[in-house]
Amino acid sequence: MSAVPGETSALRASIKAGELEVSHVSKSYGDAAFRTEVVRDCSFKIERNKLTVMIGPSGCGKSTLIRLLAGFEKPTSGTITINGQPVTGPGRDRLVLFQESALFPWMNTWDNVLYGPRARGELNKQTVELADFLINKVGLGQFRRKYPAQLSGGMQRRAELARAMINNPAVMILDEPFRGLDAMTKVLMWEYYAALFEETRRTNFFVTTDIDEAIFLADRLLIMSSIPTQVRAVLEIDVPRPRTQLAMVENDRANEIKMQALSILHEEAMKSFSRGSKAAADFVDAYSKRVTKT
Amino acid sequence: MSAVASAAVRPPVKKPGKPWFSHPMVRAMISIAVFIGVWEVAARLNWPWIGQAPAPTKVLDAWIPLLSDQGYWYSWYQSSRRVLSGFLAAMIIGIPFGLAMATSRVFNDVTFPVFEILRPVPPLAWVPAAIIFWPTQELSIGFVIFLGAIYTIMLNVIGGARSIDIRFFQAARSMGSSNWDIFRRIILPAVLPSIIVGMEVGIGITWNVVVAAEMISGGGGAIQSSAGGGLGFFIWNSYIGGSYPLIVVGMISIGIAGYISSAIIRRLGIYVTPWLRLR
Repeated sequence: MSAVPGETSALRASIKAGELEVSHVSKSYGDAAFRTEVVRDCSFKIERNKLTVMIGPSGCGKSTLIRLLAGFEKPTSGTITINGQPVTGPGRDRLVLFQESALFPWMNTWDNVLYGPRARGELNKQTVELADFLINKVGLGQFRRKYPAQLSGGMQRRAELARAMINNPAVMILDEPFRGLDAMTKVLMWEYYAALFEETRRTNFFVTTDIDEAIFLADRLLIMSSIPTQVRAVLEIDVPRPRTQLAMVENDRANEIKMQALSILHEEAMKSFSRGSKAAADFVDAYSKRVTKT
Repeated sequence: MSAVASAAVRPPVKKPGKPWFSHPMVRAMISIAVFIGVWEVAARLNWPWIGQAPAPTKVLDAWIPLLSDQGYWYSWYQSSRRVLSGFLAAMIIGIPFGLAMATSRVFNDVTFPVFEILRPVPPLAWVPAAIIFWPTQELSIGFVIFLGAIYTIMLNVIGGARSIDIRFFQAARSMGSSNWDIFRRIILPAVLPSIIVGMEVGIGITWNVVVAAEMISGGGGAIQSSAGGGLGFFIWNSYIGGSYPLIVVGMISIGIAGYISSAIIRRLGIYVTPWLRLR
């Protein structure tokens, strides 16, 4: 998978990993009587060179937080800073991978990956070489002239990773990127993505609703409360890397963390269930089955 | 090895190919043949309603001499030129207008009411006004054809632009795109399929209104033959002259012209949106 070792280390050297800090952020939508508070006085830190995973019940406002971090929307109150500088709008230092492919359907892999450099007028020998390197790195060397519709779900996600990485973001933000992939592809993508992270140690922020995915990937795990969102708990996932799915299943520490995380999530799901959330009901069902089995 | 060799020399078994009827071309031919056949029989037996129409053989009798008539072909040229210019004008004005309405709130709020009031007015109703408004006959005809196409083109552009996935804009913005860059590399290609659909429907409508538009022409044109005023006028003129087979010739001619135009646009569409045919 890694092409030229020299280039990989050059890639690593070029990375300026950043640190995002969210402090006392609240976000509400609508006005007056119809006001809904989605995020309330939420504070957390996305630490430099770490893979921080956020997990929370469905519909808890994780996607809202991502839009705030990316700068697509502004918080109602509170501040978000990257390396100490306040976030004022979207920028290449915080790139988002969305839930489903947001590759431009009218551009082939190559043009999609080179979108950022072209947009900023940075199309030169260096960026073209980097594009070439990244496309090979994500295993799409044979598919550079293919349109997104011609790629499999896993390939699309990898093309999107390359499209983000060429812009050398200080923080990569991933919003349930592997949702909708089949179970086998999903595990492949975890291992693939984790290896990519371990190689570069770029600051990553990964949002998911899948507890296995969260524990497999995370250095730090943020467990969110039900709406309005706050950080309910922070767990350090001190399981050594590189991790494999098989080892994770058998790892006592990983299982211990998982049960701990699940019980917190269960409490939160019960809260939103009591407020009539359908998604939470599914979770509560699945949880009770899982716990009685183990 | 020997098994493979003997298999190789065995005479090729005729593949159970698709039945002859499965070919689309064959089906099309049958469809047209049945249509003409029923029409011919109906005309000869003088069935009610459809029996009033001249039989296909009579139409053909009237058509064949026309094929060597310069005036008839000049009508093709006249109508095609008018349709094309009215249609091009509709695209040149309609596409930017539609994009502006889709992307600018203010522009939309200001122009939409007028657009919606004018839109239901049929092109035919514009004929007298067009004659008064425009200095030349050709401009009046072009204007009516233009009206036939522009609303469809605009509506499709507006719909296409409004349905662009917001994440495309967010991704582009994050990667450092300027407004112009987003317009050129996101909005335009994203709207292109809708533009093609609008064109395809629009060109059909221009042929629909060509009859109305060419009534204005009064048979003008460089070649003063009874057949030289455009295909729409040709139909009108044949009706005035009481030549029913010629009316049908004109109708079929416009049908063929419309079919060819739509086919060209479909081809063009496939060519300019290659990402859509590769699913």
